Amino acid sequence: MSLPLHIRIAEEEFSPNQEQSELEKNYPDAGAIATFTGLVRNHNEGEPVTRLTLEHYPGMTEKVLRSIAASADERWPLLAVSIIHRVGEMAIGDRIVWVGVASAHRQDAFDACHYIMDRLKTDAPFWKKEVTATGARWIEAKDQDREARLKWDK
Amino acid sequence: MPSILFFAKLREQLGCKEVLWQELGFEANDHVSIQKIRSLLMERFPQQAELLQPGQSLAAINQALVNDEQRQIGGSDELAFFPPMTGG
Repeated sequence: MSLPLHIRIAEEEFSPNQEQSELEKNYPDAGAIATFTGLVRNHNEGEPVTRLTLEHYPGMTEKVLRSIAASADERWPLLAVSIIHRVGEMAIGDRIVWVGVASAHRQDAFDACHYIMDRLKTDAPFWKKEVTATGARWIEAKDQDREARLKWDK
Repeated sequence: MPSILFFAKLREQLGCKEVLWQELGFEANDHVSIQKIRSLLMERFPQQAELLQPGQSLAAINQALVNDEQRQIGGSDELAFFPPMTGG
């Protein structure tokens, strides 16, 4: 049986509480739910950021997120994975991404959640553009994200 | 015919989100490598030649990343070029 996935690209705010409650309710075998929330930071590279725009590749985004979750399921015994990722215009402090992993035990849930985020950062076709006092610029992919991604292959 | 799409900074710098197959001089049933398409795009957009290099922009065929620049597209394939991802 394939892993239950709840993958959503959201144009509006989402509620981590609601998403977590869904996992708790629907997967009573879960002894652990590990989650991650990514937020729009108020600064980047030493400059204050006023807002963020998230572009994505509709179609490919969902495919890649599903495949990342499936890869996590190959490595660890999981009960369900939820990934919610916002796109469009965002304000400082907004929640960009939420990952929830339900598993029988905590180590698998923690590891899978970590893995999914590291993969998502480099493999999922989203692109951020930030607005600062000096203008708007596209954020560049970071070496540390590439390195974090590669660590999982060792 | 195949479609050729651009995203994010590449799209912005090129000034368009798509280039038509025929605009590059191809016929409906041509099969062309990614490498060849890149070189034609560089001719068409000389100021963005650097950004169109394999190191600077990634390629996906039918929504799956492709590393092999010799892979060919044709038919109703969807080819997309974009910068390294910055999601999450």
